[in-house]
Parts: sequence; structure tokens; C-alpha cells
Amino acid sequence: MARRLALLAALLVLAVLFLLPLVAVFAEALRRGWDVALAAIAEPDALAAISLTLLVAAIAVPVNLLGGVAAAWCIAKFDFPGKRLLVTLVELPFAVSPVISGLVWVLLFGAHGWLGPWLQAHGLRIVFALPGLVLATVFVTFPFVARTLIPLMQDQGREEEEAAATLGAGGLQTFFRVTLPNIRWALLSGVLLCNARAMGEFGAVSVVSGHVRGQTNTMPLHVEILYNEYQFAGAFAVAALLALLALVTLGAKALLERLAGRQAGAAG
Amino acid sequence: MTGARTDPSFAAPARRALLAGAAALALPVPARAQEATLLNVSYDPTREFYRDYNAAFATQWRARSGQALRVNTSHGGSGRQARSVIDGLEADVVTLALAYDIDSIADRGLIAADWQARLPQDSAPYTSTIVFLVRKGNPKGLRDWGDLAKPGLQVITPNPKTSGGARWNYLAAWAWAQRQGNPEEFVARLYRNVPVLDTGARGSTTTFAQRGLGDVLLAWENEAHLALKEFGEGRFDIVAPSLSILAEPPVAVVDRVVDRRGTRAVAEAYLQGLYAPEAQRLAARHFYRPRDAAILAEHAATFPSLDLVTIAAFGGWREAQKTHFADGGAFDRLYRPGR
Repeated sequence: MARRLALLAALLVLAVLFLLPLVAVFAEALRRGWDVALAAIAEPDALAAISLTLLVAAIAVPVNLLGGVAAAWCIAKFDFPGKRLLVTLVELPFAVSPVISGLVWVLLFGAHGWLGPWLQAHGLRIVFALPGLVLATVFVTFPFVARTLIPLMQDQGREEEEAAATLGAGGLQTFFRVTLPNIRWALLSGVLLCNARAMGEFGAVSVVSGHVRGQTNTMPLHVEILYNEYQFAGAFAVAALLALLALVTLGAKALLERLAGRQAGAAG
Repeated sequence: MTGARTDPSFAAPARRALLAGAAALALPVPARAQEATLLNVSYDPTREFYRDYNAAFATQWRARSGQALRVNTSHGGSGRQARSVIDGLEADVVTLALAYDIDSIADRGLIAADWQARLPQDSAPYTSTIVFLVRKGNPKGLRDWGDLAKPGLQVITPNPKTSGGARWNYLAAWAWAQRQGNPEEFVARLYRNVPVLDTGARGSTTTFAQRGLGDVLLAWENEAHLALKEFGEGRFDIVAPSLSILAEPPVAVVDRVVDRRGTRAVAEAYLQGLYAPEAQRLAARHFYRPRDAAILAEHAATFPSLDLVTIAAFGGWREAQKTHFADGGAFDRLYRPGR
């Protein structure tokens, strides 16, 4: 009885906290019909926002894939001075407010930032342009890959790598032949989570974007603009598309995990 | 050229190359290189006005100079927008809510110090004022500033630290209270009725109109009219207080940027165009008070004549900023959130 109550409570919380807002987004998007929703998405500024969002994610996610794997590998497989510090650094983006994650880039690369005058003299633009958006996104989404991998790699221990080393495998060979196959499913799910967050990031990106329509607006920022312009149907249409992208990403992750489970079952 | 077509010595490869060259010239690539772009960094409530003006000016500019023009815009709280320009957002022109925000850009050397004298009317091509937007039928019976400090009332206004409109709201209330005797005490009571300070004017309007929070919105006159239009005439009323402030949102060319990008001519024409009759009419249609007296008279029904004080009554923006909005100023003293 108690278990059933607990289950019911959990389902209720899930429905109210997650399902209801999601339904509301789609309902609002379609309130004035499919044609209005589609028109809002096909509008040039919206298309620019969508392609910018995909472009930023397409750069940020591979960067975090490499960085995350490297960090996790170092932390899980080696001992070195400052390892604790590295672990803390990996988690830093989770701990600081996204606004700070954006502001640091303005402080570094803004016109009055540390490197600002040098950049300006060389005609380079980082904040209020694509590089700034990418930097902010990379920073915010860095922990997703590393945090998914570290516990798994620590659990797996070092025996297999050590065996490979005694058999004469080099570092890279060990990594690609032994370590990577062991972590591939976790890695994929980390990458997908990272991607979902990269597309949806608002706070940090808002600080470095400059909000130029059709140029430096990502989808979440475009949603805010439309909402502020009283174009509620359009705002929710773009929001629904964003939610849909996230759902597809999460769906892919769930599917992968099932596949991984089946394969592990077959192997075991 | 006709000779070339019949001349047998004009070898086929050469002809093909010539045709390819002609085709390349016809491609839009050189035309696109010719296209000029301007970035107008503006504040919140001007979105609709500049969307129309940008299109009108681009057509005009093309007719005048033969050059295609695309005007990009960025909108947000006025103070935050000024901050972005200071931090390197490459605005060719800024069209902000108050002179102080442009002053602070000028202080960093991006705009000449005498910017306000470069265009007529202190570089403010349109004006506005602060009015009350209340729920239909004015259920709380709000007629003047004094009514807003009544206990239990909810007043919606943005944060004067980040929003230009909010500073005009605050100063309008202050100007009224000054005539009653104790402005600081009154404004403190008024802000005690503010449940949430949004960062920009548009955020406050959405809070009031869309989310249904509060009894009264302190708003730009243009913003109040726009809300009537967007949300339906049947939902709100506009109340004009006995005294308000003449808000003069100024415009300026960002010298450092236009000189670097070579866009000075088009940027200056863009701002001068705001004073032309067509733009003045466009401003009136978007509920900004036109500077042109004849056009203002055409819209007398929309813009009632009010008792308006100007920023000069506060000793100018720098003085007002220092006394009221700087850290430790009057606003910091009188506003305690969550009380």
C-alpha cells in the first residue's frame, strides 16, 4: 500500500512538474493553428536562430566530447598532483550561475576586457559573435560528458589497461582498443545530454549574444524576443520546436541505453 | 560584341570564358558586397516602430544612393544595451531611452562628447511620457500619483537600475511628490507596492498584461497604447496623471564604430531621417509623440496635453543619475525588496 502511494505521488509530481508544462508549450504553439506555428518557424529570423543554435551545438558538443573524455581518462586512470583540483574544475560549470558563465567571457574578451583591446586591434570578434556563443555553451555544458564517464571509468578500474600495457600496447592503442569500447554507451549518452543542454542554454548565451536579430540570436533567445513582442503563438511554436529537439535527443539516449543493456546482457 | 559573335577567329574557349565572366558579373555576389548594414542598438519598446522605419529608410536609401541596406536591431533594457555597446557590441547607431545611457557610452570615448548637440531637439526625434495602465473600468479608482501609494495596491514598474523607462517612471513620481512636499517618503511608499522589478519596460508590460499581475502599470505612453492594441481595447484603460515627465529618448551615431566600418554617411542619414515628416508620422502611429508640431496636432486625440516637467528639473541626467540611481543613491535608500 505504502509503495503504491509512493509510486502515485512520484507519478503525480512528474505529471505536474514535467508533463504539464510540456503539454502547455505544444498546446499554446498550436492554439492558433498549424499554419501560424509553421509560419513562425519559417520566418527568416527564426530560421537564422535555428541554424545558429544547431551550428553552436555542432561545434560545442564535439569540443566537449574530446575535452570530457580527456578529463575523465586522466581522472579515472591516473594519479597526479592536482587531481582533486581537476575534479572540482570539471564540476565548476554546474555550480556557478549561467550568468557568470557568460559574464566571464565579456570580462575577458569584451572591448574593455583583458584581451579586448588586442582583439579589437586585430579585428577579431569574440563576444557578441559566434565564438562567444560557442565559448559560453562549451563552458556550461562541459561537465555532461566528463561527469557521465568518471564514475563508470573509476568503477572499471585500471586492470584491463594495465594488462594491455604489459602486452606491449601504447597509450593511444590502449585507449582506442580497451578503454573506448568499455565506455562507448556511457559516452554516447553523455554526448546526447550535452547536446540537449547546448541547444537549450539561455543564461550564459544571453549575456554574450548582443541579441542582434537574425545574427546572434539562438533559439532560446528568439523565443524570449517573440514573447516580448506579444507574438505568443510564434514564441511557443519556436519553444515547441526546441522542446521537440530536446525530446528527440532524450529519446535517442533512451534507445541507446536499451540497446546497450541488451548488448551487455548478450555479452554477459 | 555583335562582331565577336560572328568572328570565326573568336575561339570557343575565349567566348566561353567571356560568357562565364558576364554570368559571374550578373550573379548577386558583387551586389551583396555592395549591401550596407547598420546595427541599431535600441531599448525595449521601440521594436515595432523601428521595424517599420528600417524598412522605410532602406527603400529611401536605395532610391537615393543605389545601395541596398539592411538595418539590424537589438533590443533590451536601455542600461544593459549601453553596457553591451561599451563591451564591444558594434552598434552603428544607438537609440536609447535616456541621454544618460548615451553619455556613459560617450564617457568611454566611443561617441563624441557633444553628441547631443549634433541633431535637433537635443537629439531626441520623438518624445513620450509616463502614464498609468489600469484594468478595464479602473476598478481601484486610480486617478493620480497619490493613489498609487495606498497600502495593498500592486504597482508594476521595472528596475530603475537596468531600465531607462523605469527611471522616467521614478522621476515622474518624484516630480509629482515634490510639489506635495516629501518626495522621498512618497516614492518609498510607492515602491513598497511593487511586487517585482523586471529588468526592462517590455518585461513589466508582459508581467502586467499577459501574466495579469498588479493593479497598475507605470508605462511609457507608447507602451501603454501598444498594450491596448495588442491585448484588445476591452481589457485596459489608460489614465493620465495630473503631472508627468517629458521623456526624451535620444539617438546618436557611435563614432568609433561608423568610422571603423565606413558607415558614417548612412548612419547619419538614418538618424536625420527620423525628423522627416514620414518618420514623424510613423512615430505617431506607434504612439510616440512626434516633435513636428503639425503632426502632433493631427494626433491630438491620442496625445492629450499634460503638465510635463523635463529632466532639467532634476539638473540633467548626470545629476539625476548621481542623486537617485547610482549605488547608495536615493533609490537604494528607499527601496527594500520583500518588505
